[in-house]
Amino acid sequence: MSTNPETARPEPLLPSAPVPSGTLQRLHRRLEAAAAEAGVLDVAYTVLDTPVGPLLLAATERGLVRVAYAREEHEEVLADLAGRLGPRVLHAPARLEPAAEQLREYFAGTRTRFDLPLDRSLSHGFRRRVQEHLPGIGYGSTQSYGEVARSVGSPRAVRAVGSACATNPLPVVVPCHRVLRSDGGLGGYIGGPAAKAALLELEAAA
Amino acid sequence: METKQPFETLVAQHGAVVWRVCRAVLSIPADAEDAWSETFVAAMRAYPDLPDTADVQAWLVTIAHRKAVDVVRARARAAVPVAVPPEPPPHRDAAPEHDHPVWAAVAALPPRQRHVVAYRYLGGLPYRQIAELLGGTPEAARRAAADGLSTLRRTLATTDLEGEDR
Repeated sequence: MSTNPETARPEPLLPSAPVPSGTLQRLHRRLEAAAAEAGVLDVAYTVLDTPVGPLLLAATERGLVRVAYAREEHEEVLADLAGRLGPRVLHAPARLEPAAEQLREYFAGTRTRFDLPLDRSLSHGFRRRVQEHLPGIGYGSTQSYGEVARSVGSPRAVRAVGSACATNPLPVVVPCHRVLRSDGGLGGYIGGPAAKAALLELEAAA
Repeated sequence: METKQPFETLVAQHGAVVWRVCRAVLSIPADAEDAWSETFVAAMRAYPDLPDTADVQAWLVTIAHRKAVDVVRARARAAVPVAVPPEPPPHRDAAPEHDHPVWAAVAALPPRQRHVVAYRYLGGLPYRQIAELLGGTPEAARRAAADGLSTLRRTLATTDLEGEDR
């Protein structure tokens, strides 16, 4: 073969031809629908604006799999989901509409519990057991890390309860914000202390 | 191990390139949109098995070529049972003011030149790969690209390109 470098230098005449406005958005929506129908959409996501900042919502075919605060860096969360759940991750709001609607109602103060299929495949073992217990803490009430540890039958695992809350992949929907320190201190929160305080205040006011 | 990027990133990075390739190869805007959609659905299907070292744009352009061929075949099949002369396509859904003059100029090229120009100058494929897609030698593809480009330059030099702002 010749030693032609084959550099793909773009011809300025052509790539400058603009894509008509709206075309790529329309095609993206069409792809969202076609991918879901073909069953090739591993993870659908959208971003919902809320009083605690933009929340990334992601779902598999089985249910809501991830809620992420902006401070977790949505791009990094999506890259992580691509590695753990499959790389076919697409901005496809339709699959998230039930979750988005219930979260809007929650932040409006008109919803006190979530009724959504959840995909808990990101959690395992003790952490998952703790996270499955959390929805049992009712709207507007709280438990201490120690109380949660007793509730799941491991009264000495207080620190492990703390890390189970800290790694909750479904904050807000799975209410780790309702778990406080036994001295009444806020404790940590994946969305930051201000978000935790805001959720507790919202629930106290309703 | 390097993990794959979310597919959304591929659509964001290469969606416009694939549209231009489809639009250059298929002179009807609605056909180009069909080919774009088929390309990305097929790419999504195959993405988990794509080697991490693959050139993603070249891979997408290659799929777009196959899907454009499919769209042309489907249109030809649809036309066969009709005994009357085919009517102009019913859905030119891009408004005329959006139809950049470059596309009419590309559409007027002989088919082979049109394809080579699309894959080389819009898709960035090397001539060796273009020859694999279209048949013939890389050298012949290079000549077709040069011929197509000089025709385009002549045509577009006499066309008002005021709308070209990017």
